[in-house]
Amino acid sequence: MSKRSIEIWVGVFVSAGIAALIMIAMQVSNLSSMSTGNTYQVKAVFENIGSLNVRSPIKASGVLVGRVSDISYDDQHYAATVTLSIKSHVKFPKDTSASIYTAGLLGEQYIGLTPGADEEYLAEGDTIMFADAAIILEKLVGQMMLNKLSD
Amino acid sequence: MSVTTDENSASLISVRQLSFRRGDKVIFDNVDMDFQRGKITVILGPSGTGKTTLLKLIGAQLDPDQGTIHVDGQDVHKLPQSELYELRKRMGMLFQTGALLTDLTVFENVAYPLREHTKLPERMIRYLVLMKLQAVGLRGAAGLMPSELSGGMARRVALARAIALDPMMIMYDEPFSGQDPLSMGVLVKLIKDLNDTLGLTSLIVTHDVREASSIADYLYLIADGQVIDQGTPENLAKSDTRWTRQFLDGLPDGPVSFHYPAPDYMQDLIGQ
Amino acid sequence: MTSVLRVIADLMSNVGQSGLHFFARVGRSIQFLLTLFRALPSLLPRPDLIIKQLYSVGVMTIVIVLVSGAFVGLVLGLQGYNVLVRFNSESSLGTMVGLSLIRELGPVITALLFAGRAGSSLTAELGLMKATEQFSSMEMMAVDPFKRVIAPRFIAGIISMPLLAAIFSAVGILGGYFVGVGLLGVDAGAFWSQMQNSVDFYEDFMNGVWKSIAFGFTSTWIALYQGYDAVPTAEGVSRATTQGVVNASLVVLALNFIITALTLETN
Repeated sequence: MSKRSIEIWVGVFVSAGIAALIMIAMQVSNLSSMSTGNTYQVKAVFENIGSLNVRSPIKASGVLVGRVSDISYDDQHYAATVTLSIKSHVKFPKDTSASIYTAGLLGEQYIGLTPGADEEYLAEGDTIMFADAAIILEKLVGQMMLNKLSD
Repeated sequence: MSVTTDENSASLISVRQLSFRRGDKVIFDNVDMDFQRGKITVILGPSGTGKTTLLKLIGAQLDPDQGTIHVDGQDVHKLPQSELYELRKRMGMLFQTGALLTDLTVFENVAYPLREHTKLPERMIRYLVLMKLQAVGLRGAAGLMPSELSGGMARRVALARAIALDPMMIMYDEPFSGQDPLSMGVLVKLIKDLNDTLGLTSLIVTHDVREASSIADYLYLIADGQVIDQGTPENLAKSDTRWTRQFLDGLPDGPVSFHYPAPDYMQDLIGQ
Repeated sequence: MTSVLRVIADLMSNVGQSGLHFFARVGRSIQFLLTLFRALPSLLPRPDLIIKQLYSVGVMTIVIVLVSGAFVGLVLGLQGYNVLVRFNSESSLGTMVGLSLIRELGPVITALLFAGRAGSSLTAELGLMKATEQFSSMEMMAVDPFKRVIAPRFIAGIISMPLLAAIFSAVGILGGYFVGVGLLGVDAGAFWSQMQNSVDFYEDFMNGVWKSIAFGFTSTWIALYQGYDAVPTAEGVSRATTQGVVNASLVVLALNFIITALTLETN
């Protein structure tokens, strides 16, 4: 086995391996759908976030526009502060409202944005005024039972 | 005892009060030896007396329990790794089996120390390697793999490799064992010629009395961790120490018993 | 009575002996690793040594990885379809094939194949070099075998494993695609999009990559140590080779459990 053909084979091996890695990363995992471009951060305060996660999707009219980048608990207001990273080419009015929805009955939770009518746009560091808490299934069931009882 | 550390002293290697133990077994017990520059010194002894161990101690692959070994004025066991490696470049060693690198050709094996330790251009390396191979008569085998060589040829290639860096000394570990008479003769002549033409200091560890004494300038006889006798071949031939006679003449019984130490034979047979 | 006590004492001393023996070996292998680490910087000016080993460690293992990956993927496709079709959710076949290959099967099976193919040949090679005094002769030529023999093999093992695991997973996914979409009629779009929706880049893909690097590290380390520490006889080398494959496989499986337990987010 000459030195040159060893080098060629090693070259083939390494590039096949890297190609496989890239194929898996782009084609199989969600890397390609993850925003890799520039984003701007806005905050939203929710009374309850349910099972929202860091990297949960943010959608507007069902289209992915960003991801949750941070979740923390604010002990001044006793509420959850969620940081939303939104693709910088997507603009939303100042009075946009955010709600936490569930995809399907038992699917993952995501933040849905509903644009308002303000002239000005949300910018880096702003806080979304209107934020609806997550719908907690247990609460809902409890409420329904209460309603039934009081009927 | 004062140790001569003068670089120009007559002895290249001096062993002083060397003791080495492997587990409970004493291999060397307070041994003194000197190896003269430019001479062939042979260490004779029965198998299993730690002759190979002595070479490894001199090459600082093993550390002694006590005592010192000076090579060219330097205490090999006190040298930091980098200086030890510098010293080893000037110490050739021929292993019993040759110990060629099995994945390299004969040519590349001889070129190996040159490539590792020098920055010579490829043409120069080729020139040197062919020269060394010519010296051991195997220039024609340059393209072979070590697995294609006979035992004697492998040793000669290893010898060419050992002299690749033009060392000041070569240690031979059992160079004659398992050789047919012809290749034995070749090796004996080669060792003698190399020693004389390159001005080397040679150290041969062996149990082949006849071949060794034919080229030796000085002989050491070791057994049971001690130097039993020493002297020039002529002196030893005249020696009448019982041990020396037994070993040199190949007598089956003598101070070195034919039997491995055992309880009384009859008692062992009858039991308890 | 005394004989019973003696049997118990013998038993205890056997347990103690093998325990001490085990810890001595672990200690020596860690010492081996530290010496190895110190030898790594000397590789920087000699990439040719690593390339040579990438050939014998990586390239020689490709075929077995390709074939196994394809078959595992085909079986996953069949079995997965068979289960999912009962819940009317055969469109999730991509999710199942992708997740199981990327998170578990790819790294683990590749590591086992790697230990059997590349690891055993590393152990045998090193054991043979030791038995024929090649290490000693290198040391006497003022060449450190850790720098020239062991370190390049170690690095080649660590580089090869994630690449081989990725090849395994990629071929496996294609195999699953072939069975699911090609033979059983799952919708191609659903296959890929469901997979993309549920395989997370960081949590799943990178997790698999880290695993395969960790497995490459440990199985190469064990293989090299077994060879270096082998009793320098024909019997010793063959025993070290077997021992190396067995140890590497067990350690990989145990390590897989530990890594999975530590990284799997259970929220």
